[in-house]
Amino acid sequence: MKVLVAVKRVIDYNIKVRVKSDQSGVDLANVKMAMNPFCEIAVEEAVRLKEKGVADEVIVVSIGPKVAQEQIRTAMALGADRGILVETDEPLESLAIAKLLTKVVEVEQPGLVILGKQSIDADNNQTGQMLGALAGMSQGTFASEINVSENSVEVTREIDGGLQTLSLNLPAIITTDLRLNEPRYASLPNIMKAKRKPLDVKTPADFGVNVISGLKTLLVESPQERSAGVLVGSVSELVEKLKNEAKVI
Amino acid sequence: MSILVIAEHDNGSLKDETLNTVTAAVQIGGNVDLLIAGENCNAVAEQAAKISGVNRVLVADHAVYAHQLAENISLLVSELAVDYSHVLAPATTNGKNFMPRVAATLDVSQISEITAVVSADTFKRPIYAGNAIATVQSTDKVKVITVRATGFDAAVCDGSATIESLDKATDAGLSSFVKEELAQSDRPGLTSAKVIISGGRGMGNSSNFSLLEQVADKLGAAVGASRAAVDAGYAPNDMQVGQTGKIVAPDLYIAVGISGAIQHLAGMKDSKVIVAINKDEEAPIFQVADFGLVDDLFDAVPELANSL
Ligand SMILES: Cc1cc2nc3c(=O)[nH]c(=O)nc-3n(C[C@H](O)[C@H](O)[C@H](O)COP(=O)(O)OP(=O)(O)OC[C@H]3O[C@@H](n4cnc5c(N)ncnc54)[C@H](O)[C@@H]3O)c2cc1C
Repeated sequence: MKVLVAVKRVIDYNIKVRVKSDQSGVDLANVKMAMNPFCEIAVEEAVRLKEKGVADEVIVVSIGPKVAQEQIRTAMALGADRGILVETDEPLESLAIAKLLTKVVEVEQPGLVILGKQSIDADNNQTGQMLGALAGMSQGTFASEINVSENSVEVTREIDGGLQTLSLNLPAIITTDLRLNEPRYASLPNIMKAKRKPLDVKTPADFGVNVISGLKTLLVESPQERSAGVLVGSVSELVEKLKNEAKVI
Repeated sequence: MSILVIAEHDNGSLKDETLNTVTAAVQIGGNVDLLIAGENCNAVAEQAAKISGVNRVLVADHAVYAHQLAENISLLVSELAVDYSHVLAPATTNGKNFMPRVAATLDVSQISEITAVVSADTFKRPIYAGNAIATVQSTDKVKVITVRATGFDAAVCDGSATIESLDKATDAGLSSFVKEELAQSDRPGLTSAKVIISGGRGMGNSSNFSLLEQVADKLGAAVGASRAAVDAGYAPNDMQVGQTGKIVAPDLYIAVGISGAIQHLAGMKDSKVIVAINKDEEAPIFQVADFGLVDDLFDAVPELANSL
């Protein structure tokens, strides 16, 4: 079985973004970029499936600018076999990404597609589910455990009330939650090896996909900042302030 | 304009997030219908008919909708959506699960987790873990939207909508329900609680969470956790507050042994009053706290429980 993993290049999760002064977006100039943390978990899961003999090939795809090759190489250093970059400098909406991934799925015919549940920049939490609808596939979102068998996969999902387990017909879409696994670090020899793995570059036009979006961002603002309050000296002072000043207890 | 709101429920009762979502729909303006898809969900329909602002309650009662399987619910919703200008669902794990499938089926974008309605086609939503707020405009024929409950007040319940049953049931045949392990608790839910006390890695182990429960019992509070506490097994996943857990905005949020990472703040910084208890005075949580107490939690929390 082939496993396809989609990864996104995003701002490093440790960095607090700043809004540009003209309010057109956030300032990404000279900011450290990395693979979206949920995508790292997706890569790790696919590589583990290969190590268990469940998957025979792990293909990693990213849609983004030329420099997103870095994230594809990282995924290959972690164990993916080959990469596909659908190169575009336009920032695309989830729907366009899902349409492009649908085309990749048509070509590659994977048994499983694993994606992160959300990217930490747009926080949309949409792409995997949209791909599911467009490709006519089942989906197991927010996965914390997966067990693949002959024609199906059992997925345990993190839901608001606790955990839910579903059985999905293959081929299926999985989106990862934080507790699915702990991604490994790439070793130096594997980073070197990854440089020689095949990486195919395509464009949205190659797939004949219309990437025009019905959404327009008019403005990006800073949120209202909270100002730091006061330090209290004791528990009794805290209780007194909560009762008489804040009046919340 | 006419708006379809998808209700959140467990077949037995309506979930509060539905009420906040109805408020968002009313702010957009126009006729508001509510869909309840489930199995043996009559009680939910009765409850929903009382929500002010709702015109009709549509009920799709069938086994294929019992567990809210995304593949099945999204087929139903996208079929109904053609008669509406907007489709709204709460941004719960359930809404997040099926709504993008609805949007893709309709060939439109989804606007995730709106926190404000600017006009019928323009909305505000947080991005980058809430460190920026985007105003987005949609030209799509149907606007598919998930609603962050903390951005909207709950609708009041003194209405009387009509209830209509839909004779629809489509099984996509792609997935099936196996089992569910739901947390049982007498405490209020995190997303509806007026007071929350949350513990982080500083709690040290799961049994120490009982210290927080003692305070919670006195205040009628819900208990939450940071990701580090959940990852370490101190607390179950449904207690995680943050960018990728639950988004909460209670009147009072007490963070205990939590450092205040960006991703945690994203889930609680809209709380009215924030209290931080941490032994490290440099912890970033103090930068957002209205009241900070630099102290060992194992001294401070039992004392707090005793003094309430
Ligand atoms: C993609 C991604 C998503 C994430 N999503 C979330 C999310 O949704 N929610 C979330 O919370 N995190 C999330 N995180 C993790 C986040 O970055 C932090 O790692 C996490 O919030 C830290 O949890 P903590 O504050 O409990 O632990 P720590 O940062 O380890 O802080 C523990 C604190 O406890 C204090 N302490 C220790 N002992 C005591 C004591 N005896 N008395 C008093 N204080 C004490 C310490 O001084 C310290 O400040 C996410 C991370 C990533 C990469």
